[in-house]
Amino acid sequence: MSAAGTVLSVRHLCKSYRAGQPVLTDVNLEVMIRSITAVIGPSGTGKSTLIRCINRLVEPTSGSIMFEGTDLVRLRRRELREARRRVGMVFQEYNLVERLTVMENLLSGRLGYVSAWKAWRRSFPREDIERAFELLNIVGLEGFADARADSLSGGQRQRVGIARAVMQQPSLLLADEPTSSLDPKTSVEIMQLLTDIARDRGIPVIINMHDVGLARRFADRIIGMAGGCVVFDAVPGLLADDALKKIYGGEDWMH
Amino acid sequence: MVTSTAHRLAVLRPNRWARLGALLLLAYVVYATAQMDVSWERVAAGLHNAAHFLNRLFPPNFSRWELLSKGLLESLEIAVLASTLGIVLSLPLGFIAARNLMPGWASWPARLVIVSARSFHPVIVAIVFVKAVGFGALAGILALTVASIGFIGKLFAEAIEEISLKQVEAVRATGASFMGIVAIAVLPQVFARFIGFCTYQLDSNLRNSTMVGIVGAGGIGGTLFAAFQRFDYDYVCAILISIIALIMIGEMVATYVRAIFIDGMTFAEMFHRRLSALGTRPERRFDDE
Repeated sequence: MSAAGTVLSVRHLCKSYRAGQPVLTDVNLEVMIRSITAVIGPSGTGKSTLIRCINRLVEPTSGSIMFEGTDLVRLRRRELREARRRVGMVFQEYNLVERLTVMENLLSGRLGYVSAWKAWRRSFPREDIERAFELLNIVGLEGFADARADSLSGGQRQRVGIARAVMQQPSLLLADEPTSSLDPKTSVEIMQLLTDIARDRGIPVIINMHDVGLARRFADRIIGMAGGCVVFDAVPGLLADDALKKIYGGEDWMH
Repeated sequence: MVTSTAHRLAVLRPNRWARLGALLLLAYVVYATAQMDVSWERVAAGLHNAAHFLNRLFPPNFSRWELLSKGLLESLEIAVLASTLGIVLSLPLGFIAARNLMPGWASWPARLVIVSARSFHPVIVAIVFVKAVGFGALAGILALTVASIGFIGKLFAEAIEEISLKQVEAVRATGASFMGIVAIAVLPQVFARFIGFCTYQLDSNLRNSTMVGIVGAGGIGGTLFAAFQRFDYDYVCAILISIIALIMIGEMVATYVRAIFIDGMTFAEMFHRRLSALGTRPERRFDDE
């Protein structure tokens, strides 16, 4: 039913946390392989809910989410865990395990494949450890393997967050406002890193953002959400003032 | 909506129920003091008795050191075994009692066990166990195990309820199993505090283990009580000094254990810090938690 090259296909996705107050009313979108999709929209419009519905950190109320030939919405515990291994996630507040080292945080990306007992004893497969060190270099944190996560700066933490997600060797990356807690310069660096890694590995990314400028600069497709559904979906070049007005409402803020 | 001026002023008005409560408390303190029948004559007589007693305490008499050390060693055994058993049992119990990770049908029974373990003073529990398993150290061990479960179980459950769920969410998103999440996202967040609770409990068990002997549950307490009753005050003094020494050693060990596990210090570092810190007051720290 989906075209070749489609990684993710969301159909009629609805979510209400409380009955009668839907956050997502009817979201439809397809994500193609090797694409970088930015989701923009005002606060409270369900961007974060949408992303969390995809890996079921939030339970969708109805609709379907086709990913690698299965409907994620229908999966039960074990199948869901196995599907989650294929979806990496980067968080706004990094969500690292603060008291663990950078290396332990990276290896926690392999928890879907390693038993709890082995993880507790820190006995991860050799290739995982080697890949972790490799990734640490790629994200520019060589020499930080033994540093505790709570000793890092915001930018460094997000680098660890990205590396942890990539450790999963995912077929899809979700990023929930990955730069909203960072300064403008670090934000650009983090976006550059995230999109570079994704392009190198051919992993499609969906990024929630507040910063329209960053979205234009790094994404090759922009989805605008308002009132719990998609109101704009095109390449960044087509994101003109009237589209922004439709997404955010009003126009005084633009100039 | 327009808020009236009266409404706005009401925000700053003191809580009249809190005032009433404070007043009632004050009245009760006055009443209770009157009930106690405290008089100057009694205080004077008491001070006189105390002086007499203190006089007979010294010099301490260590001649029956064999009995003394046997009792102390038994207290130490009671404290260490009760702490170990208590820690082992309260780990899963506290975990199940944490309401943020467990469903209600699991956490409520666990909380009930913990609350009932906390309800009674160790001496009362010790009396029950002396009746159940007879005189001796076993009763003391069991009584203090119950006390340990009450203390560590409660604090451990609370520590787990206060963890950051963001860290848990991130590990959950990797496809980790429940036990994987526990091992990597939950336990690291509470480990340091758990070590803290355990060492405090060992400390407390050490003190209580010198007391349960009074009701026949083993340890130095029995010897102490007998010495009191025979008016062997110089021996009482020897026992008290030994108990103080034991408690101090226990506290030192606890401090070291905390330093190693919580601050990640090595023995050498600790030794250096001790040496350099001699005679200086501990620095106030605000940066960590």
